[in-house]
Amino acid sequence: MIRADHELIAKGVAPDSRVLDLGCGDGQLLAHLQKVRRVTGYGIEIVPERVVAALKNGVQVLQVNLEEGLSGFMDGSFDTVILSQTLQAMRHTEAILREMLRVGREGIVTFPNFGYWRHRWQVLNGMMPKSPDMPYEWYDTPNVHLCTLQDFEALCARIGAQVMERSVMGPHGVTVDWLPNLRGSLAYYRIRSQTT
Amino acid sequence: MTGQPRESDGHVGTVFPQVAHFAEPLHLACASVLGPYQLVYETYGKLNVRKDNAILICHALSGTHHVAGHYAEDPRAVGWWDNMVGPGKPVDTQRFFVIGVNNLGGCHGSTGPSSIDPATEAPYGASFPFLTVEDWVHAQARLADLLGITSFAAVMGGSLGGMQALQWTLSYPGRVRHALVIAAAPSLSAQNIGFNEVARQAITSDPHFHGGDFYRAGVIPERGLRLARMLGHITYLSDDAMMAKFGRELLGGTPHYSLEVEFEIESYLRYQGKKFSERFDANTYLIMTKALDYFDPARAHGGNLSLALAGVQAHFLLVSFTSDWRFSPARSREIVQALLDNRVPVSYAEIASNQGHDAFLMENGDYFAVVRAYLERVARECHA
Repeated sequence: MIRADHELIAKGVAPDSRVLDLGCGDGQLLAHLQKVRRVTGYGIEIVPERVVAALKNGVQVLQVNLEEGLSGFMDGSFDTVILSQTLQAMRHTEAILREMLRVGREGIVTFPNFGYWRHRWQVLNGMMPKSPDMPYEWYDTPNVHLCTLQDFEALCARIGAQVMERSVMGPHGVTVDWLPNLRGSLAYYRIRSQTT
Repeated sequence: MTGQPRESDGHVGTVFPQVAHFAEPLHLACASVLGPYQLVYETYGKLNVRKDNAILICHALSGTHHVAGHYAEDPRAVGWWDNMVGPGKPVDTQRFFVIGVNNLGGCHGSTGPSSIDPATEAPYGASFPFLTVEDWVHAQARLADLLGITSFAAVMGGSLGGMQALQWTLSYPGRVRHALVIAAAPSLSAQNIGFNEVARQAITSDPHFHGGDFYRAGVIPERGLRLARMLGHITYLSDDAMMAKFGRELLGGTPHYSLEVEFEIESYLRYQGKKFSERFDANTYLIMTKALDYFDPARAHGGNLSLALAGVQAHFLLVSFTSDWRFSPARSREIVQALLDNRVPVSYAEIASNQGHDAFLMENGDYFAVVRAYLERVARECHA
């Protein structure tokens, strides 16, 4: 079963292109892209069990700490650099976005929308929000930098990233066009550096 | 002699060394010519009909062809990578045909300084030529020819063995599909060469060394070998691992104010040194350490490793260990970097371990899982 956000990402990746997947987890996304888009490239992952899982899924994986940047990669060496539901768990959020736009011609970023109405409702009721895209308790979440669509777009503007495409999904992978920052639970952005 | 391992309990069982003779001399990097010569090797598992499921295991400084299993006459003589190689193990001998070979210049059956030079009918001794990693790879390729293996599913090794795996992808790019380069480096650091030089000085300054021709005198530079090995052992372990293993307890509880063994580490190093001096040839040690020092594929490319690796066709797995200060993770990352520059498919794992350089020989869940997962892919490619 292919995740809806993986399908969406695959649409934004050109056939036969070179892809770098930051925080590739078990490598399922990259394996999917290899299959449907014939991409080549690498996944980056820090957790040992996920490195093993990615190897089992047939992708090239590098055990590197993303927080230390992407100094191993030359400028523009990938067509697309992907941050799939990884951004919110990064400490150096701005740095990794700058790095992805240095290394890749384009970047694809997906993240859970903190502005989703169910999240807002839970906060109004005095609780930290939980949802399928943010399934953690406040005390065990790996997420340190949650944001809304507006927040992310403000950061893009600040670092000179141009938003080329935005797509927002509600529960069950349904596309949300009306009031996306309220009704969307997962955000998808395709960005590139304005200077190139 | 044909080895027919008995596969039970995850072990390859009883194994037999075999000898391959090569009449045609080998032209070496040092411009010498060596030959005829022989290589001693072992095999585990079965070569498939397409002969595409072979894995070559290259040994490190003091390793041998005896990678896995044990000998009928000496059940305690277990191969040096027996935890890694066997039925159901990460290097699965039920799927792969695995070859261990003693390198040229060795002292465990392959032609080396202690072998008889047919020209003089006396041991080569000091006249044995210096060897390089490239020379070893060429010699190994001839063994592959003899076994009918045109392309290895994988060539793998740790430390100096990893350097050989890397060299295979440069010398014979079309003959190796995967290289597993573990706890290795693209070249030695000055510090590493320094350690090697102290070890060599320990040997050559032993009065029993006789300029390398000690065989004639019927002695061995045992003290030099012991010191060389003791020094080596210190550098193969991490400070933490040594402290955890040996601590600083006094054997008698209180200081003896003597030079006798008082600390556990002294006892360990003396034991390891003694054991090594009884099984290893001093000239082989000198030649192997020099081969390590010389290894530097980037040298011919102005020090640019990316240029040096431009022609590789193999896919790579690199593994390093966090506490390895002899061949640190940073050195493995240099190789990864050069492979990335050339868009070579490469995977890299940096294994958390406190065992130092020796970690590549030890069982470790993450490490073995990575090698297993990678080789499962390799096995699928050759339908093994």
